[in-house]
Amino acid sequence: MTDQTSATPVVTALDAATPRPRWQVILIRPETMTLILLVLAFVVSSLLSPYFLDINYILQSFTLTAEFSIVALVMTMIIIAGEIDLSPAANMALSACLFAWTFQATGSMPLALVVGIGAGVLMGVFNGLLVIGLQLPSIIVTIGTLTLYRGIAQIIAGDESIRLPEYFIGFNTWLIAGIPAPDLLFVVLSIGLGLVLGTTIYGRQIYQTGTNEIAAQHAGIRTRRLKMGLFITMGFVSAIAGIITASRLGSVRYDLGLGGELQMVLMAMLGGTYIFGGRGSILGTFLAAWLLSVISTGMTTANLLPATQLCVLGVLLIISIIATNFIYSRTQR
Amino acid sequence: MPAAAADTPLISARGISKSFAAIEVLRDVDLDLRRGEIHALLGENGAGKSTFAKILAGVHRPTRGTLSLNGEQVDINSPITAQKLGITLIHQEPISFPDLSVAENLVLGRTRGAALGRVRWAEMTREARQLMDLLGVRIDVTKPMRGLSIADQQMVEIARALASDSRLIIMDEPTAPLTPKEVETLFGIARRLRDEGRTIVFISHRLEEVRALCDRVTIFRDGNKVATEEIGNLTDGDIIRLMIGRPLREYMKKQGTSIGEVALMVDGLTLPGVFHDISFEVRKGEIVGLGGLVGAGRTDVARAIFGVVPATSGTVTIDGKAVSITDPSQAIDLGLAFVPEDRAIAGIFRTLSVEENITAAVPRRIAPGRIIRRAIEKALAQESVRKLRIRLASLRQPIGELSGGNQQKAILARWLLTDPSVLILDEPTRGIDIGVKAEFYDMIGELAAGGRAILLISSELPELLALCDRVLVMSEGRLTANIARADATQESIMSAAVPRSARQAVAA
Amino acid sequence: MSALGNLFLRREAGILVMIVLFSIAVGIARPQFLTINEFRIVLLLIPLILIGAMGEMLVIVARHVDLSIGSTQALAAIITGMMFKFLPGVPWPVGFIVAIGVGAGLGFANGVLTTLFRLPSIIVTLGTLNLYRGLTFIVSNARQVDRQYIPSDLKAMSTGAVPWIIVIAIAIAILTYWFADHTRVGRQVYALGSNPVAAPLRGIRVNAVTLMVFSISGALAGLSGIMYASRWGFVNPSNTGSGFEFQVIAAVVIGGVSINGGVGSVLGVVFGVLLLGCVSAALPLLGIPGTAQSAIYGAVIIIALLIDRSVRQRGIRALAMQRARA
Repeated sequence: MTDQTSATPVVTALDAATPRPRWQVILIRPETMTLILLVLAFVVSSLLSPYFLDINYILQSFTLTAEFSIVALVMTMIIIAGEIDLSPAANMALSACLFAWTFQATGSMPLALVVGIGAGVLMGVFNGLLVIGLQLPSIIVTIGTLTLYRGIAQIIAGDESIRLPEYFIGFNTWLIAGIPAPDLLFVVLSIGLGLVLGTTIYGRQIYQTGTNEIAAQHAGIRTRRLKMGLFITMGFVSAIAGIITASRLGSVRYDLGLGGELQMVLMAMLGGTYIFGGRGSILGTFLAAWLLSVISTGMTTANLLPATQLCVLGVLLIISIIATNFIYSRTQR
Repeated sequence: MPAAAADTPLISARGISKSFAAIEVLRDVDLDLRRGEIHALLGENGAGKSTFAKILAGVHRPTRGTLSLNGEQVDINSPITAQKLGITLIHQEPISFPDLSVAENLVLGRTRGAALGRVRWAEMTREARQLMDLLGVRIDVTKPMRGLSIADQQMVEIARALASDSRLIIMDEPTAPLTPKEVETLFGIARRLRDEGRTIVFISHRLEEVRALCDRVTIFRDGNKVATEEIGNLTDGDIIRLMIGRPLREYMKKQGTSIGEVALMVDGLTLPGVFHDISFEVRKGEIVGLGGLVGAGRTDVARAIFGVVPATSGTVTIDGKAVSITDPSQAIDLGLAFVPEDRAIAGIFRTLSVEENITAAVPRRIAPGRIIRRAIEKALAQESVRKLRIRLASLRQPIGELSGGNQQKAILARWLLTDPSVLILDEPTRGIDIGVKAEFYDMIGELAAGGRAILLISSELPELLALCDRVLVMSEGRLTANIARADATQESIMSAAVPRSARQAVAA
Repeated sequence: MSALGNLFLRREAGILVMIVLFSIAVGIARPQFLTINEFRIVLLLIPLILIGAMGEMLVIVARHVDLSIGSTQALAAIITGMMFKFLPGVPWPVGFIVAIGVGAGLGFANGVLTTLFRLPSIIVTLGTLNLYRGLTFIVSNARQVDRQYIPSDLKAMSTGAVPWIIVIAIAIAILTYWFADHTRVGRQVYALGSNPVAAPLRGIRVNAVTLMVFSISGALAGLSGIMYASRWGFVNPSNTGSGFEFQVIAAVVIGGVSINGGVGSVLGVVFGVLLLGCVSAALPLLGIPGTAQSAIYGAVIIIALLIDRSVRQRGIRALAMQRARA
């Protein structure tokens, strides 16, 4: 028994969901959360101590975390591209060790700089080869390399500090137009990288690679080259950050920057970078770097133990990821 | 399970409807499945047959309507509930735990017991072997699932269904990746199960197999159930007409185009284990179809030409010049474009704007000095939206918010911006509703008329027949036919697509 | 019996071969390496790592990572140590309950964050690694618990012909083997790691299993905390557990546990720990400073990852060839 009903077409859906209003797109995003937190932090800190109302105090305290902040900028780009690199702090240490050791051995500053920075770049290349060339998961690989680099630094420097020449010490005290050099470097780099990420095709392709690497490859984007470039840049910037830290401390030990990877990832997360890739911004990390500086300095002013501060950072990391994930999942449909 | 009178249908569906967000994919479906029958569900992509099966299997819940099992109403709210009721769905790509052994995969999730209860390895292995023997399949049950072929994995899924004494076994396009011998084994098992009084639901595109295996057939079209019939009462023509709604010839037209010189030529392309000795050419203005069953290797050939996974031997020639393509960016520079099969995986950047998606393949056009010129980008995107009639609310909205058809248009727009001389389309109208499909067919025709060479990979026979000047057919990694438009029929394409010995074995 | 039959036994045998070759190589340069005494030194080096590795193995098999075990060890150890110091009347075996309990709680917290908030476990445990370490300092006021406060009976467990901590470690290994290979929920851990998408469809309660593996990992890390007090006789908020997670992960990865989950055997991990122990014991004999340990562990993790990958690649290629011929 045939049962033929005439096929009436099903109701077609709206061809697209209505988009979110413009103001929502601009305002409701993780960077806003960071900005609000920053303002809040300022308010709370200035209640704790009147120093916080002095711009110079703020700029000076920032120099303590400026090195990590600089690296965190590149870290942001790597996370947006869908990878992660946990080795930069160890890279800083090893580059600085090699730099100091070379200087001690040869007395030549230019040579020491070349060796130090070159080592950093090589470490970046090594990471890149393992992750991209051999396609190993970046998180485990960079845990391995972070242990390796830190370990090699330990071998080279042992338990001692290598002292640096007087003229090289105190980068954080050098003022350019009244602003401490590290801060200025950070701001300049933020502007530069922000422009790269936001306005160049390279930056666009970083977002595309992080959003969907397979689609990016099909669209002709050279994702491997792109990521390798990021790892190398990370190596380069880490080396410079390491040498700047050495200048600030006056000497180099193997444990330079210990625990730095947490702070860098934290800055990226607090700045609204999506851990799974494809979203984030330099602006967010920029604000988060200042936020972290205020928080760290505030905690120290409030006489919190380094241990307690560590705790707070750990909690912050977890909370910031939860919040970022929440915001991103709500704005998706 | 409730006992019932002998003629009560196993499953009765009344008024089953299903909507996803605002899109209605099933509408008022009434269907009875009898005990001891093999029942086919036929229909084009998106007609609703898969959705209906998933509702039976507890993967989706109907937005309206009722289901009865042996006369008693049931609410199948999860796959586990379905399993408990004796309904098993065997997916097209069988899900399993690849690192665990076959025996473990059979057992997992079925046995009850304490969390810390002992795993009875010996017993489990013995039972697994028994099941395999019952099916007449020789699989080493101690080996991990990872090493098994798709056919064997399907067998394991069937064994699972048997082990839990399923009354209703639903198979979703099971024969697509199988060799003829495997199809024969599968059909033998299905018949045996039917004779035992179980019910098999067989979802398929392949009319020959349906005719060989099934007792009754239900045809879906555009979300409606259109007919349920004994298979003997319908001719192939009847079935096709019911599936499409109109006689084939009227439905689509093809413009006459002048065909020029060879734009793309491949010779002896080989990737061991995937495809062998593929040679063909596509001329300017020509639409060459590439038909075949799922798993025949068509997408792999396309990906090889485009440089995603290059072939290990053979040559590719573009406009008469031999080229070596190892990366998609090279392919694009040479004038190739590839619209991939699965836009969600290889096509769209879901969270990025429509604008960014459309311009993704032409970085040098929107950013001549490395810096993106938003004005240029916007102009290009707007032009694309206009030309392809993409319906959206704003260029800046995330592409994920667009409907499937419009997303596909955006991807096509992306590739058209590269001004390709050779355009490879892989299942371009999959998952798109009828109205938009027609638009696509017009667009493809226009592209060819404009002098581009088009390679159209498609599993939809009517599509191939309507659009193509020639139809190539691949089967099991080899080219089996090169059929001119005049000689192309559903039968000729299908018979070249089906693995050789299956043509005999499929008959009951 | 875990699947992956031949390939696997080959892996465990491979590690054993590496241990033998390594020992012979070192033994040629320094014959004292091949004495019973040396063997005892090796055995004493490994109980903590072995216990930690059993927990970490389950976590990694479930396709997660627990980076916080070093800090968990420290926090559990310091709380237990402070209990001994400030409540000397409490019988020392209670310390075990405290350490394991604290550890389990910390592990459970990791599990909650991972399941409830759907956060990647690697970032969660990176956060808790620092959080727990910070708490360790806070709770102890940055002061170590000195030798005199650790019960001598506890310290005695690490001395003698067959030290108790080794027995306990072996017992934990056997227990883990039983759990992983012979209990339903143990097999569910493997299933979950093998295909997390299919797991709920097969009735596996994903959240419950995940919470469980993290709790076990934490509990075992806590146990290793009191073992630390036994072995070294004191607890220091800065040193205890420092670098522990990397040693454990190195051992686990060497032992053939796949980062992608679903694959791993207790025997392999035991051999991995043994190999690491041999390497650690050989370092001082060969005159390599202890400072080189980190570097070596780092290199070991990378090498193990490379081996793991090339093994999988060969397996995949072999399958493809097989399929092509069929």
